Amino acid sequence: MSDAALLHVEGLHGWYGESHVLHGMDFDIREGEVVTLLGRNGAGKTTTLLAIMGILGKRTGSVRFAGTETVGMQPRRIARMGIAICPEERGVFSSLNVDENMMLPPRIAAGGLELDRIYELFPNLRERRRSQGTKLSGGEQQMLAIARILRTGAKLLLLDEPTEGLAPVIVQQIGRTIAALKKEGFTILLVEQNFRFAASVADRHYVVDQGRVIDMIPNAELDANIDKLHGYLGV
Amino acid sequence: MFELLGIPPQVLLGQLLLGLINGSFYAVLSLGLAVIFGLLNIINFAHGALYMMGAFVAWMLLNYVGIGYWPALILAPLIVGAFGIVLERTMLARLYHLDHLYGLLLTFGLALIIQGLFRNYYGISGLPYRIPDILSGGHNLGFMFMPNYRAWVVVASVIVCFGTWFMIEKTRLGAYLRAATENPVLVGAFGINVPLMITLTYGFGVALAGFAGVLAAPIYSVNPNMGADMIIVVFAVVVIGGMGSIMGAILTGYILGLVEGLTRVFYPEGSAVVIFVIMAIVLLIKPEGLFGRAA
Ligand SMILES: Nc1ncnc2c1ncn2[C@@H]1O[C@H](COP(=O)(O)OP(=O)(O)O)[C@@H](O)[C@H]1O
Ligand SMILES: [Mg+2]
Repeated sequence: MSDAALLHVEGLHGWYGESHVLHGMDFDIREGEVVTLLGRNGAGKTTTLLAIMGILGKRTGSVRFAGTETVGMQPRRIARMGIAICPEERGVFSSLNVDENMMLPPRIAAGGLELDRIYELFPNLRERRRSQGTKLSGGEQQMLAIARILRTGAKLLLLDEPTEGLAPVIVQQIGRTIAALKKEGFTILLVEQNFRFAASVADRHYVVDQGRVIDMIPNAELDANIDKLHGYLGV
Repeated sequence: MFELLGIPPQVLLGQLLLGLINGSFYAVLSLGLAVIFGLLNIINFAHGALYMMGAFVAWMLLNYVGIGYWPALILAPLIVGAFGIVLERTMLARLYHLDHLYGLLLTFGLALIIQGLFRNYYGISGLPYRIPDILSGGHNLGFMFMPNYRAWVVVASVIVCFGTWFMIEKTRLGAYLRAATENPVLVGAFGINVPLMITLTYGFGVALAGFAGVLAAPIYSVNPNMGADMIIVVFAVVVIGGMGSIMGAILTGYILGLVEGLTRVFYPEGSAVVIFVIMAIVLLIKPEGLFGRAA
């Protein structure tokens, strides 16, 4: 099972300075899957993505990507192996226009989407190519933050709450985009608070609490487990 | 000819030209400081010493190796840039996680050491550096005499400043630099080698100082204190312009050079302090600087 996984996380601990936040995360993502991390605010979902990406400096345990251990690597080496992040705060650069933001992440492998295909997925961005990154609306910034990691050839996308604070029509558009990306063959690890949204796009859900995975629910069994899940999330 | 407030136009234009030349040095030097501060978050106090080094390297190339002005204009900045890269790799790189006061202290110490070494070997009397033949002499513009070399200094600084501005604001490479200035962690997480960018940026910034030093060599005598005198004014220029903007650093450099020149005409006693007076006023009214972004 673990060798078939594109990403295999085992016993992952993580710290911000002295503060111990991840307490042994265990989960797997198979190639082509969309998997979510669900959990309350402060459960450690964002920290998990930062730890996978290598941005969280202090981490131990195992993060194997395509069979290679990455837990000791610098972020830029991890990125070059084929993982790309769309951070929670979006990270659109204000001193770059849309085009420059789009072209910033370097191609690390063949197989990324062509620019035309990306603008097909995000038609609003095409019209705003010359606009300064942070002059975009929140929804457009979110789309830009997703769009720019699609051309790099990264296989695993880490998306941190892409629907946070966005209007329902935009949330739907992002949902359609994630479905399209799955069809294109991307593997996606999605952090979500919006549980209905998660259910509409994902294959499986890991429930995170206090820096650990406490349950795994296949999307097909979600309805049967709905009360349990509400309990976990404290809804 | 007409007179302005009793000032003959030759005097006025002559001082404006002198101001423009000083402004050319202010612009190139404050540009380098702004580029370095943007990415490294270090106030490079060694900038003046490296400017002085540029002049000395040109002098040494000429007197020890027989390499003249034009090759030195390329070689000296490369040598100073390489020296800067060694400083960055061996020392500055260890300070990035600390408050930028530490970088300032370290580079201040380095400036004293570099200046002290040159003073020890070359004294403080100043060494002459000849204007290249092709730029000796000058032209009579009718209203004033324009020395060719001074005209060249202005032209060269404008080319270098606006070339640098263009590279940073309009090219792909510049987009990396701007992005890394904003959020180095995310840029690194996209697979870009940010530490290498930082090293090269420091090298480039101090190479600009070295270039200014070579330009200065035939005008001011080459001496170990030339950087210390210059850097104080350039820091004031940077404070007035604000650290945040490349174009701001360039324009403030030229404008303050001109202001200094004008002051020399109308109130000569004030010319040595006018930039500091402006700095004080700017700090009171707009502490982030004229072109700076509020922190
Ligand atoms: N930069 C930080 N420094 C210290 N603690 C942090 C930092 N960021 C997050 N934390 C703490 O780590 C825990 C997990 O946070 P996070 O991973 O952001 O949660 P989630 O994304 O699940 O809402 C929280 O208790 C939070 O307060
Ligand atoms: Mg989060």
